[in-house]
Amino acid sequence: MNFSWDLLVNALITGIVLGGFYAATAIGITIEFGMLDIVNIAHPAFMIVGAYLAYLGWNSFGFDPFVAMVVFAPFGLFFGRAFYRAYHFFFERRGDESLQGLAFFFGVLFIIEIGLVLMFGVDYRSVPAPYAGSTLGLGLISVSWRMLIPFLVGLGMLGGIQLYLSRTFTGRTILAVAQDVEAVRLIGADPIRAKEIAFGIATASAIVAGILLIIIQPVEPSIGREYIGRTFAICVLGGMASIPGTLVAALLLRVAETLTTTFFAPSWSPAVSFGLLLVTLAFRPAGIFGR
Amino acid sequence: MSTQAAPAHEPRKSTLLPARFRSGFAIVLAGTVLVAATILVGSRVSEYYYLAAYTILQFIVLSTAWNILGGYGGYVNFGTAGFFAAGCYTTIVLNKLFQLPLLIDMSAAAAIAGLMGFGTGYLTLRLRGVFFSIATLALAIVLQTVVINWSFVGGARGVYVVRPEITGLFDSYAHFLVTLMVGLATCAVLAAWAVEKSWIGIGLAAIRDDETAAETSGVPSLRLKLIAATISGALMGMAGAPFPYYVTYIDPATAFSLAIALNSIAMPLVGGTATWWGPVVGAFMLGSVQQILTVTISSAANLFLVGVLLVVFVAAAPRGVVGIVRAWRRGHK
Repeated sequence: MNFSWDLLVNALITGIVLGGFYAATAIGITIEFGMLDIVNIAHPAFMIVGAYLAYLGWNSFGFDPFVAMVVFAPFGLFFGRAFYRAYHFFFERRGDESLQGLAFFFGVLFIIEIGLVLMFGVDYRSVPAPYAGSTLGLGLISVSWRMLIPFLVGLGMLGGIQLYLSRTFTGRTILAVAQDVEAVRLIGADPIRAKEIAFGIATASAIVAGILLIIIQPVEPSIGREYIGRTFAICVLGGMASIPGTLVAALLLRVAETLTTTFFAPSWSPAVSFGLLLVTLAFRPAGIFGR
Repeated sequence: MSTQAAPAHEPRKSTLLPARFRSGFAIVLAGTVLVAATILVGSRVSEYYYLAAYTILQFIVLSTAWNILGGYGGYVNFGTAGFFAAGCYTTIVLNKLFQLPLLIDMSAAAAIAGLMGFGTGYLTLRLRGVFFSIATLALAIVLQTVVINWSFVGGARGVYVVRPEITGLFDSYAHFLVTLMVGLATCAVLAAWAVEKSWIGIGLAAIRDDETAAETSGVPSLRLKLIAATISGALMGMAGAPFPYYVTYIDPATAFSLAIALNSIAMPLVGGTATWWGPVVGAFMLGSVQQILTVTISSAANLFLVGVLLVVFVAAAPRGVVGIVRAWRRGHK
């Protein structure tokens, strides 16, 4: 371990920039797990589907990743709603979420991952977007657009979802469902419909996050697994249902990972998120912003 | 969750054994017969069948172990591979340091994996059930990272294990391992049966159906869950301990294999989680199908099929094969 201030400053900046991307990957879990109480461990697999959609779009139609976001995010919204309907019909309605429902998501995770392996193989795939190579220099520090774009898009997405949830009627219904499903039913709103829309938004966010991922780095099918621990760690650390909490936790986690990679060895970094998650669950399950 | 059929009173002549011990006796008898048969068959069959049988038996142990906490108590463990690998690497460490007999390795593996189950349970089982599930997933990844960075046990490169000489009743080391696995599977199933029929199993079923109601009626839920997590973890570790000798070369990717995590959940859910024989049926069915498919198609297609079967069964037949059989029987009465 050789310490230098240069390394530290660079690690901090990379950490913060990629932290914005982590927030984009975790916002779906914050909605699904934190608000709707649906333990969708297949969420990162949906994200990898997004990455492969971007790859397909680039390869077959020459879609720029931004075009891919506009084209495929509505698909995610639609698919997510249908998927939630199926989940509700088979598990939630019967009260089978805790065992069968969890196993269901686990199975879906494998079907997606191995399906992608069977279709695309285990090679890394990438989208060589034209702006990915250039960097933005600000005095002493320089950040590549490859990382800056996911940071900005991620922040935009978080802001958009926060606005939607706090300003629109449906958004507020979703927040109400997160607090008390029965109360929502009593005042005459339909909690299932609110959950369906929220799940659709979460899935669309996964597709966008996947497209951001393939801008940052090449992607192969099993990469999603690393994000199970990360996204759940961020969600729990951020206080489950809080979007600002998600952002802060994502920045913290990514800075911690970058510092580990810089000052110890990259091979230790998968343990950071899971270790942090274990420690949080053991000592402060309410998260840093929890009540 | 499960609506158990009322035990029909069957007019039996034999009164040597009380009815409640009959299944247990049957398990012991079947296990003894199978061990004897395996010893007698010896090297008269091709080694391939031993390898196939070993894999299926290993899955019987793993899915039975998973079911003790997952099926009876309703707490999903995603980290079976972590417990299994803890068993593997216990053997490797002990093998490097002392060269002990395999049975001692297995006891040590049971102790370590059991402690892991207890520890994870102690930290997270007081929270909502899903946190335990996520923690087990986390545990497996943290352990894998530790092993990758631990050069004493080979790190990411992996490590070779030399099989000791074997004499006596056994024709080859593979023969010995399969016989051992038959014994271990019998013990695991017996343990699951004992848990299911005892106060532990009844308490766990109450927890699974409604934890709050169970606690209000005086079920010591944390203690029962911890007992189940410890037994379950210990059995998984024991299943892993002989594995390095079976494959003779082991690396983190094999020991923490996803096939283990997926199968140990899919097998009990396909077989049926409410009874001790559900996981055995599931492990036997899925295990045999995979053995055939690995030879004929690819191992990726194999796992794909397991994933699809898992999803289809949890959605369409949440009580598994056992549930289907029971419904069919009831229909015919």
